Amino acid sequence: MANTQAMCTSFKVEILGGVHAIGTPPTRGTTAKDTFKAALFVDTATLGAGTTAYSSTNEVAGAGYTAGGITVTNATVPASTGTTAFWTPSASLTFSNVTLTTAFDAVLVYNSTQSDKAVAVYTFGSQTVTSGTFILTMPTNDASTGLLRVA
Amino acid sequence: MASVQTTRGEMDEADLIKREGVVETDRESTNWVEYWLDDELVHRSVHVHLKQTPALFPELEKFSNG
Repeated sequence: MANTQAMCTSFKVEILGGVHAIGTPPTRGTTAKDTFKAALFVDTATLGAGTTAYSSTNEVAGAGYTAGGITVTNATVPASTGTTAFWTPSASLTFSNVTLTTAFDAVLVYNSTQSDKAVAVYTFGSQTVTSGTFILTMPTNDASTGLLRVA
Repeated sequence: MASVQTTRGEMDEADLIKREGVVETDRESTNWVEYWLDDELVHRSVHVHLKQTPALFPELEKFSNG
């Protein structure tokens, strides 16, 4: 037998669950889960790894769309398979009855409870919507395709 | 008769020209549907199914795997 250098999988899951505060943690007035939101951005925006928080700059605008986007349904607890922790929203992101005439190709998931801090940016083929619905269906919630994965 | 929400309000689907499309990539499967009134786009809906997203901390894999 030999020891194996590794980041513990339980730690990865607990990162997603907010158990560890390696840095100075925010003051929490409740033990409830944070609220996450999803906002759409035009295809000329430059969101990416350097995005630190939600901003309305270059967010889509149009009839039926509210700045800041929609609340992400979170009924799934972080889990792990093998050495990968993962979490995926438990419902599709649905923007109903909207008109978004400026092409958009990205959604920013952010933590609206924690000062709108950014979580992740996901891109897709550029789209417009006219008096219709935009649905973003989540990938399978597992270690290879989950929306948030700590590999 | 099926109705469609359009820029001109609810309209009968039979009065409109319907166009549909599918885009498949490694990362997404997208279906779109459009309804046209002559040369005017009066409805467009899109359904994007994300299939593969980047890992949050892939750079940690080399440490986790020893």
